[in-house]
Amino acid sequence: MITGILHPAKVVEQLVQQGVTHMVTLPDSETRHMYDRLTAEPSIHVIPVSREGEAIPIAAGLWAAGQRPVISIQNAGLFESGDALRGLAIGIDLPLVMFIGYRGYTRHGDTPDSAARFLEPFLHLWGVDYYTIEGDDDLDRVPLAFERAEKSSQPVGVLIGTEYAKE
Amino acid sequence: MISYEVAVAAINGLRNEAVCVTTMTQTKYWYAVSERPDLDIGISNGMSKASSLALGIAIGAPDRPVIVLDGDGSLLMNLGSLVTIAGQQPANLYHFVFDNGIYAVTGGQPLPNPQVDYPAMAIASGYVQAHSFSDAGELQAKLPQIMQTPGPALIHVSVIGEPAEEGVDQTWESNAKMPAQMRALKRALE
Repeated sequence: MITGILHPAKVVEQLVQQGVTHMVTLPDSETRHMYDRLTAEPSIHVIPVSREGEAIPIAAGLWAAGQRPVISIQNAGLFESGDALRGLAIGIDLPLVMFIGYRGYTRHGDTPDSAARFLEPFLHLWGVDYYTIEGDDDLDRVPLAFERAEKSSQPVGVLIGTEYAKE
Repeated sequence: MISYEVAVAAINGLRNEAVCVTTMTQTKYWYAVSERPDLDIGISNGMSKASSLALGIAIGAPDRPVIVLDGDGSLLMNLGSLVTIAGQQPANLYHFVFDNGIYAVTGGQPLPNPQVDYPAMAIASGYVQAHSFSDAGELQAKLPQIMQTPGPALIHVSVIGEPAEEGVDQTWESNAKMPAQMRALKRALE
């Protein structure tokens, strides 16, 4: 199975266009090159967290202070963040775009990695809308995610179904 | 040991235009003295995350002091936030930890270890100041200087444990308030 190539610079370009001010993140193996590109972007302040469950409440605080944050964590970290997602995103009507590293993803849907197998059922069960990105050609879904989050006043996922390319 | 009433009164007396994020038992006592509900966020639906929410506000509104009234049990569930906060060095963040040694809202069960040196943990994590108080007079005397000194600061307050009566602290009403509180704060900080 071949997925497209996803360049960090293209994603950062989308974030800048959306007026993102902060990226709250815990790096994972899929997003290492994204982290390098993000920290080089002067208009976006990167906030590293010690555990993924901190990302949503920090983003909620930034939003209350008039900023425009996003978060970036792995699918396994989203599961760790479950109570924060429930109480401090869904529960407070937070329009938050969440970039989720889709560890274990294959387009066939047949994967031994439970982090991948459980991700979409988890999002469906919790009523969280999402878009999946597998390469640069899919990046028109990023503005859709921001629009969806704003219109619904709810968190929306952007699932990253491939490793970011090295630049 | 200090009573909750005395501790929150001392903090409220120095509050001015500060945002205040509270959780669990602290919320009940803070609401009894606060005169700025538009700058208050009471977390009842996102256990342990008061310090993280406060960090986001402190980063996003760096000219505004941010007070967080955390609990010892709550902080134990989010200890990594000490390191995350220290990594950001928010000079406007004042992190109070009310230490009663118990899970008050669930009836007073003891913490896994009620004898933890939270100020030492804060300093080891990278907070620029940390203090501990078990005497009301000393808290009242020293707090003004602490809150005029840049943070991040951890202020540990030993309080008298008060196990809650059944079913009085967490209600659907208190959970339902938070979306409106967040929007009121957003308007106030514009």
